[in-house]
Amino acid sequence: MLTRRTALMGAAVAALMMAAPAVAGPADDLKLPRQKVELVAPPFVHAHEQATKAGPKIVEFKLTIREKEVVIDDAGTKFHAMTFDGSMPGPMMVLHEGDYMELTLVNPASNSMPHNIDLHSATGALGGGALTHVNPGEQVVLRWKATRPGVFVYHCAPEGMIPWHVVSGMHGTVMVLPRDGLKDAEGKALRYDKIFYIGENDLYVPKDANGKYKTYETIGESYADTTEVMRKLIPTHVVFNGRVGSLTGKNAMTAKVGETVMLVHSQANRDTRPHLIGGHGDYVWEAGKFNNPPQKDLETWFVRGGSAGAALYTFREPGIYAYVNHNLIEAVELGASAHIKVEGKWNEDLMKQVTPPGPVPPDKIGAADPVAVTR
Amino acid sequence: MLILMKVKLAMLAGALAAPIVATAFAPTPPQDQDGARRLPSASFSYRAAGDFSRNGRPVEGPLRELRLPTDLVIMKRQVTVAEYGRCVDEGACPRIAIPASPQDAPVVGVSWHDASAYAVWLSRKTGVTYRLPTDAEWTFAAAEKARDEAMPLVDPSDPAQAWIARYETESARARPVATAAQPGGTFGTNSNGLDDLGGNVWEWTNSCFVRVSLDGGQERTTNTNCGVRVVQGAHRSYMTDFIRDPRSGGCAAGVPPANLGFRLVMEPSPPVVTAVTRSVAKLLRRA
Repeated sequence: MLTRRTALMGAAVAALMMAAPAVAGPADDLKLPRQKVELVAPPFVHAHEQATKAGPKIVEFKLTIREKEVVIDDAGTKFHAMTFDGSMPGPMMVLHEGDYMELTLVNPASNSMPHNIDLHSATGALGGGALTHVNPGEQVVLRWKATRPGVFVYHCAPEGMIPWHVVSGMHGTVMVLPRDGLKDAEGKALRYDKIFYIGENDLYVPKDANGKYKTYETIGESYADTTEVMRKLIPTHVVFNGRVGSLTGKNAMTAKVGETVMLVHSQANRDTRPHLIGGHGDYVWEAGKFNNPPQKDLETWFVRGGSAGAALYTFREPGIYAYVNHNLIEAVELGASAHIKVEGKWNEDLMKQVTPPGPVPPDKIGAADPVAVTR
Repeated sequence: MLILMKVKLAMLAGALAAPIVATAFAPTPPQDQDGARRLPSASFSYRAAGDFSRNGRPVEGPLRELRLPTDLVIMKRQVTVAEYGRCVDEGACPRIAIPASPQDAPVVGVSWHDASAYAVWLSRKTGVTYRLPTDAEWTFAAAEKARDEAMPLVDPSDPAQAWIARYETESARARPVATAAQPGGTFGTNSNGLDDLGGNVWEWTNSCFVRVSLDGGQERTTNTNCGVRVVQGAHRSYMTDFIRDPRSGGCAAGVPPANLGFRLVMEPSPPVVTAVTRSVAKLLRRA
């Protein structure tokens, strides 16, 4: 009888055989199976196993750097972005502890600047930054071993221009999962039904004498003015996934009551404090590293600039949830708000409107003057 | 609060001044033909604004056939950057941050107080009483551009269903491509000859937010909050009167109006003024 497991194994073997001839170029000094992963843009994450019984492997990823002009708010403010694979943040790359990542970093000839990548999850050579400098028209392949489970930032780090590249969009996230999956403090397995990946961007857009956002012909022309704004440390925009409203309305994230959702929050440059309005963090790895037991029942969690954090939450009530940076000025005035649309049955035990809004009884403090209550 | 009182006083002063000016320089020069339209009174259907409930459950506001008591004289276009700027220059309107819009684009980023101050100033300048329209007047003037958008009603035993449905309705609305105020006429002319209704500028009205109970077939206003006014445009919204830039975020998960601007109506024979004139006349007769 063909069980599901043997079928999966068969598929895996077939995939390995298929992948094998594609390996060309660098000598394969590691005799390990290979897996090639197609990346997807945030807030989504490529398909992956949460726990694996298979042995270590080499996971191949390709990131293509794209310099491009984007719109970052509803007023149509234009911004010269630098991105990994075209999105702000760059896609999440998932592998397991003990796996090797083989990353091909492509800098197409159409770009104007040299770039590289510093992976906080990697050990040595400035996180790979010293070994990955690529000019327009070049590519590089870097292999590093995943030795610490957690969610980690990666970012571009070219000499002299590091912060500018990072706050122009060149940052993303690596997730290294424990081979046997996530666990709570008692060692009980934790799983998620869905994962969403939110990258927070602090953006610094120069303004002209009239207070209007400036636009530039080329990214190079924007450098001096942008650096001036950056040095004052006050962003003009604090947004999720590249623009105001990128995760609201038609692009709101979705879930169902009873589903457990993993929310990964990545901030490459500046401190932030995610909060799920109307919900909680059931299990939170505030510093994002899975060898530490998750904290329970958090209301808000702190993600240090230059790190990623992860929170697991099982939705208990339907409705529209706001997921914000709970510096509410940044959430509402500067843009760091996302929405999660959760469908399901309302639980009256958790919440009920006992009496709808109505007049304060006349004998109580706060009652309206009867004369005022007329149209 | 103080601002509000000042505005109210100024409006009253303007209203009182009007007949005197009108008598002195009668007849009042007619409105610039391009500047305003006279809409003959006619019957129209109007969905009452506010929050309505019956026996503790939210219901739609009642839909009524209305007829304004007199013709409605209303500005063809929204008040422009240049027009508002003149009021600012004369020190009668608050100076606001005006984005780099053309002078003939509607002024946006104005609060209800700013709009009211402009009405007072214009009334004083012209000797005719101008004011913001009521929500019913706006709906009449907007005609086919007024939207009676039935939003899903909240079932208190499972409120989330309506929230989700409302959110989806709001998210599905066609949003104007440009969010910056556009030159007058960009969003078309309606059957009443009025421009840009339901474009990307929402207009302040004078109508206050009300909470109304329809229990037992009776309409009873249980709360009137004039700190929140009805704003009208591509959809009806409620806005705190000192807000100049509407936005959502945080706990407010809805889709807000893009811009706040206004147009004014001209009082044909202000009832307040008529009443005051009549009482003054009576007093004079007694003396």
